[in-house]
Amino acid sequence: MDILIILEDNNGNIHRMGLESIVAAQQLGSELGLSTGALVMGANADALAEEASQYNVDEVIKVNDPLLASYSADGYSEAVKQIIEQENPTYVLFGHTYQVRDYAPRVSAKLMKPFLVDNVALSTEGGKVVFTKQMFNAKLFSDVIPSGEGPYLVSFQSAAFSADNAASGSASVREGSVNLDASMIKTESEEPFQEEAGGVDLTSADLIVSVGRGIGKEENIPLAQELAKALGAELASSRPVVDAGWLPSAHQVGSSGQSVSPKMYLALGISGAIQHVVGMKGSKNIVAINKDPEAPIFEIADYGVVGDVLEIVPKLTEALQ
Amino acid sequence: MKIAVLVKQVPGSESPLPIQSDQSWVDEGGIAYVMNESDNYALEEALQIKEQNGEGEVVVVSLGPDRIQKVIREGLAKGADRAIHIKTDTAGSVDPLVTASQFADALKDENFDLIFSGLQSDDVGMGQTGVIMGELMGMATASLAMATEVGDGKIKVKRELEAGWFQWVSLSLPASITIQSGLNTPRYPSLKGIMGAKKKEITVIEPSGGDAKQSLDKVYVPQSEKQTVMIEGSVDQQVEKLVDTMRNDIKVL
Repeated sequence: MDILIILEDNNGNIHRMGLESIVAAQQLGSELGLSTGALVMGANADALAEEASQYNVDEVIKVNDPLLASYSADGYSEAVKQIIEQENPTYVLFGHTYQVRDYAPRVSAKLMKPFLVDNVALSTEGGKVVFTKQMFNAKLFSDVIPSGEGPYLVSFQSAAFSADNAASGSASVREGSVNLDASMIKTESEEPFQEEAGGVDLTSADLIVSVGRGIGKEENIPLAQELAKALGAELASSRPVVDAGWLPSAHQVGSSGQSVSPKMYLALGISGAIQHVVGMKGSKNIVAINKDPEAPIFEIADYGVVGDVLEIVPKLTEALQ
Repeated sequence: MKIAVLVKQVPGSESPLPIQSDQSWVDEGGIAYVMNESDNYALEEALQIKEQNGEGEVVVVSLGPDRIQKVIREGLAKGADRAIHIKTDTAGSVDPLVTASQFADALKDENFDLIFSGLQSDDVGMGQTGVIMGELMGMATASLAMATEVGDGKIKVKRELEAGWFQWVSLSLPASITIQSGLNTPRYPSLKGIMGAKKKEITVIEPSGGDAKQSLDKVYVPQSEKQTVMIEGSVDQQVEKLVDTMRNDIKVL
């Protein structure tokens, strides 16, 4: 096959970003006339293969191997490398999940083939395949091109493609096999766990006031708390605020925190790094206040205020009371 | 315990980012550089492990032109014992296969127990160098570390998964670990540290070769995805319009 899609297990279902990479593969395949296939592996390979076969791909390969039953970077990178060598695709597509970040660079190193990561778009204009990536915390974009012989490993950022656009079909499923040895796996993993959420459920909030690094210091957090209170909103934050210890992690919105879609998301001093944006861009109305007119948050805001949050927020609270 | 920390000098989050006229890269003359944020956390984690063990060595390793000696000095001032500067004429390749190979070649005879690096750089953000290095050097790897525990020839790493989940993973040494921001509180250099750094050794070496297998075709400012209504005027006018927008357009008041 020409395009191999690597699908990830998310508790027995295909990870949403895997479905998004099926859409990318379908676009690339139809524009360039290339065949597509999907790889599933792990403890739930049978169920994942069944789910994958309902999409418009040419075939699905499932790998059942006891050493892949639970995830390890050693096992998964070796298995994917061997399947690539067997199938010899030109493109290998991934969702840019945390698991992919953990093992796919090792596949790249094993094969000495490039891994073009975290792309937001692809173009095949004039037969030239170009991938687009954000740089400098989304302030600039870059078109990235692979060189030399394939295969090229490529991952896509969350929501670069909409999973709803995945064309359905009925693909054949075949068993793939890899040659793994227990001595290859140098890590031991414990069960995944969630930290205490602290009773903050942002996912069902109608109104959210969210603070970023632009709030300046911990002593300024009450300004945002008072505004949230005046609006009847929940208080959220971006990662740097949690990292600095100004708010507990239960308040964090973004790829490593909660994903929210309130009626209004009021972003105070949030620059709009992609790790944050993926958790809130589904909000119905995004209002951003930031002193930097170039801040990427204004790219996705419905309403923007260029100004100092420390000046605006107290006056806004007063006006609302 | 011998720990290498890979640090990168990148534009600060407030720095202007002028694009070169040929759109190949940013114009470096107009940029205010800092140590990459997650690398700063990686350095702190390495220094704390050394301090807890009461012995060992922390070596700062960086790749780039002369300007990067500023972050190397910063690492030494914070407490690293010595440094290796892989000196290039330009910012270096954006292809992590090339840079990771250059780091691996530079460190192959050093026998480090641990290689720490930031999760990803705040400039190009390929997020692969530390993981590729582990593979090239035959080490175990783990990414997105939110805590570490070292002992008995192993390192235990609390890995961040998605959506608020975590997992402890135990790796035999040597290992290459990429560090997520927020796992500790990075120190500031002391005056004594800054003075002492001047006497510390920086080994300058040439990079090994390597053909880039990916490159930037064009750098540009993104087009806005949305039509954003900008609320302008004095602070009082902005506040008044904002309340009006919340009441009449968003209808949340």
